[in-house]
Amino acid sequence: MSNVPKKLRYTASHEWVRQDEDLFTVGITDHAQCMLGDLVYAELPELETSFDNGQECAVLESVKAAADVYSPISGEIVEINEAVIENPQLINEDPYGKGWLFRIRPFDPAGAQLLSADQYSKQLASEAH
Amino acid sequence: MTSLIFEQSQNGRRAHAQIPQQIENSLDLAANLLRQDKPTLPEVSELQVVRHFSRLSQRNFSIDTNFYPLGSCTMKYNPRGVHRLAFLEGFLLHHPLSLEQDSQGFLACLYELQEMLKTVTGMHAVSLTPMAGAQGEFAGVAMIRAYHKSRGDHARVEMLVPDAAHGTNPASAVQCGFKVKEIPTDSNGNVDLNALQKAVGPQTAGIMLTNPSTLGVFEQQILEISKIIHDVGGMLYYDGANFNAIMGKVRPGDMGFNVVHLNLHKTFATPHGGGGPGSGPVAACPKLAPFLPTPMVAKEDMSYRWLTEKDCPETIGRLSTFMGNAGILLRAYMYARLLGREGMQRVAEFASLNANYLLARLTAAGFTPAYAGRRASHEFIITLRNEAKTLSITALDVAKRLLDYGFHAPTMYFPLLVPECLLIEPTETESKEILDAFADTLIQIIQEAQTNPELVKQAPHTLPVRRLDEVKAARELDLVYVKPGEKNSEKKAVVQNTGT
Amino acid sequence: MPFIPHTNEDTQAMLATIGIQKIDDLFNEIPNTLLTADLTSIPSGLSEMELSRLMHARAKQDGGKLCFIGAGAYEHHIPAAVWEIASRGEFLTAYTPYQAEASQGTLQLLYEYQTMMASLMGMELSNASLYDGASALAEAVLMAARLSNKKEKPAILVPRNLHPHYRQVLQSIVGQQDIDLLELDYDSKTGKISVESLTAFADRKLTALIIPQPNFFGGIEEVDALSNWAHEHAVLCIAVVNPIAMALLKPPGQWGKQGADIACGEGQPLGIPLASGGPYYGFLCSRKSFARQMPGRIVGRTVDSEGKTGFVLTLQAREQHIRRAKATSNICTNQGLMVTASTIHMSLLGPAGLRQVALACHHNATLLAKKLQDIVGIKPVFPAPFFHELVIRLPKPSSEVLQKLAKLDIQGGYALNTHYPELGETLLICATETKSAVEIEFLATSLRETLS
Repeated sequence: MSNVPKKLRYTASHEWVRQDEDLFTVGITDHAQCMLGDLVYAELPELETSFDNGQECAVLESVKAAADVYSPISGEIVEINEAVIENPQLINEDPYGKGWLFRIRPFDPAGAQLLSADQYSKQLASEAH
Repeated sequence: MTSLIFEQSQNGRRAHAQIPQQIENSLDLAANLLRQDKPTLPEVSELQVVRHFSRLSQRNFSIDTNFYPLGSCTMKYNPRGVHRLAFLEGFLLHHPLSLEQDSQGFLACLYELQEMLKTVTGMHAVSLTPMAGAQGEFAGVAMIRAYHKSRGDHARVEMLVPDAAHGTNPASAVQCGFKVKEIPTDSNGNVDLNALQKAVGPQTAGIMLTNPSTLGVFEQQILEISKIIHDVGGMLYYDGANFNAIMGKVRPGDMGFNVVHLNLHKTFATPHGGGGPGSGPVAACPKLAPFLPTPMVAKEDMSYRWLTEKDCPETIGRLSTFMGNAGILLRAYMYARLLGREGMQRVAEFASLNANYLLARLTAAGFTPAYAGRRASHEFIITLRNEAKTLSITALDVAKRLLDYGFHAPTMYFPLLVPECLLIEPTETESKEILDAFADTLIQIIQEAQTNPELVKQAPHTLPVRRLDEVKAARELDLVYVKPGEKNSEKKAVVQNTGT
Repeated sequence: MPFIPHTNEDTQAMLATIGIQKIDDLFNEIPNTLLTADLTSIPSGLSEMELSRLMHARAKQDGGKLCFIGAGAYEHHIPAAVWEIASRGEFLTAYTPYQAEASQGTLQLLYEYQTMMASLMGMELSNASLYDGASALAEAVLMAARLSNKKEKPAILVPRNLHPHYRQVLQSIVGQQDIDLLELDYDSKTGKISVESLTAFADRKLTALIIPQPNFFGGIEEVDALSNWAHEHAVLCIAVVNPIAMALLKPPGQWGKQGADIACGEGQPLGIPLASGGPYYGFLCSRKSFARQMPGRIVGRTVDSEGKTGFVLTLQAREQHIRRAKATSNICTNQGLMVTASTIHMSLLGPAGLRQVALACHHNATLLAKKLQDIVGIKPVFPAPFFHELVIRLPKPSSEVLQKLAKLDIQGGYALNTHYPELGETLLICATETKSAVEIEFLATSLRETLS
């Protein structure tokens, strides 16, 4: 059973999103970090680059996989979490806290199409057969 | 563990017999062009070298010492006579840029190999130059691209690949500038024809297929697939990784494939060498033949010559400095001559016999085949998904425990579609007793998992090392030895002495 | 039938277990319309003895020559121990070290190889080999393109005095992607790349400059000036080098102020016989910070669950079997056996021995040049210094000269007419440490006679 905090919102591709004023903080979910296994490397986007909703903007690497992280909304990267570059284990240990990946300023915050915690949990349940 | 050879070095020690005479000459080279430091090469005696690497070899599993049922790799016996004959001086010291008249022996072997590969694949022309399966795939995909371009058709931007395909397939397609679209596999192990029909269109350059597929079963609808692709103007690419299952029985050309690569280090028994060299010759139908990579070999009257870009103006070009992995081609040629037509006929027969026998024994013992009810090709998949649930052991655990019994593990976790899978390919050169011993061992390991699970979960126990920390290896990169006290590639102040 | 151990009894017992009557039943899932293979044109099988007879005859046709050809493949003395050990079954018939615990021999050897090659190149990192020098250069260019941050289409400067076959391979492989390959001509007097010629490209947004050392003509390039120019213009520096030469000449990691970014080349001179052109191997080295963009296999040192040192394939997430369409390369099988031989070879020579070999090559080439210059009509095309090969101009057609020498079983060199017609009738002629003074004298005398 993976952890799905109620206060956050989610994407179908296993990112979580927290709205902090005009910024979105983004990371990967507990389910995602578990599937990937021990993370060994995080390649984060460059500051001030823009991405479309659903565009690949980061890569997380474990021993057995390299997974793309998709931007949950169109916007510009304003901050990245250097700590996970130094120490990718943070993503495994605390995916919703210290393991955050980047902050993005959405071009249109109201246009976000994200899942609620319940909707994401339902998706996880249907994926596990 | 065996220490690193650098740790056995002593300053000034050398293997004197191997070093040319010192020549007293002033160098006509400016100081700024010369190397000042000493590279990190060992300073050891000849005996130390021989002992060190001999000892290292003893820490390996190999076909010569262990049953090696690595699915999709065709680990059959590598004939020794072939290796020795490849070392004949006339071949060994032959420079690749020798005049044609000084290369007739070698060219004859290459030409005859080209002809034999045409025969077994049912194709029109062959190029022997790609140096491995992946390079053969690159060549085939590049040829398809060149073909469409030559027709002025620039809409063909997509290459189709089954989701069960080997990773080199999509990687090669991308290297040739294609977008990759994956086609799902149905529950019988066949390509989903409905999904395929929906996916094709004017953007389809072609499809890359293996038959038998990576799932170890024959793609029975291959002629339908071929029609679907050809009807939209696409080309079919054959990945020859599993050719050992059908050589002498079925020809890719007859299945509708337009371009084919073979893995000589699999089907033609060339030595695996610890990870290569391989060889991936590519064969083409008449439409794609003009694009084959150069050089190739032609026969005119009684002599042989090279075919270069001048002879093949539409070639996709040269893929290697000289003639690909020439010595491997020689070995494959010799293997084919040893087998002859009768021997070649029996390869697929006995490879399939061994695979189906092992499948039958394991199924009878309670293991779960991934595609029950289907005939195995030269390999088959068992899934340990049930055992993972009931006994909490994984395919990885079982694989590691097999090593303790002296068997190299089968291929694990490929193809990605089947959970907790082992892909098992015995090959035709193994005897019934070995297959029985292997089956009995797998049965025993499952029993161990029930009575003494740590034995399996902590395996291997009897090898030079226990399970290795791969996470640490990827997080803390230690990729070269650095002498304690020195920084990596630090410029050393030591000025080289010539001959102390 | 060769290599198949089954007796009739075995076969019958196995068919019974499977539950079928005959071997043909194994193929009953294959539509009959497809069971049409026809092997009639394949000759009948030979015994090992018969094969031996055939291959001895073929080898004899091509053997017994005195070889002065270099041009990318070099004859060097290979100690007997190299192939005795590399041919051990445990090395020869092992496969890729997927089960690390069962492959510590190969893995440790590859780690030692990576150490030796990186150090020989003066670089921080090496992979475990690619197919050959030319394809390694193609991979180096693709790597540079990935590393480059520029939004523009990548553009690579390719000197004309780089091996013509390497340039052809670059075109075949790199040409499939959206990357510009720009030709850089050499100075007609020196045969080298001049910094002046680079200034023409100063305004162009270049991704990388390829610098050969030595160049295809055997000439020694001013690598400091060239690599400094590259870095001053934010251009990556890719070195293509002869590994024996690197024991004598400054290696890529020490070029200019910052060192080359990527170094590659052909490993054949280190313990691999000429063997009609292959199998050889390509080496690829770079800065450590480029590790995740390095194609091919890489071995890392780690520990096992009991803290004992061990070796594993690492950074595999970049490779095709995991990353698939997004992999750094499509490479799977590499050239493991050749690297095994090379590592043993480098261990036997050691740093002093390798340098000695390089010096002996340089000495022999210099001696050869002197002898040839004394022959009326023969001129070296470019000035010294050169490393183990040089270009000479002939007063008669190269093909005619080569034919006459061939009658004496001498391979006089490689004619450059096809690739460098502007140079006229020329030969690229090479003398490594394997040539004795007597043999060099014999070549000189024979050449003199063919020209008289």
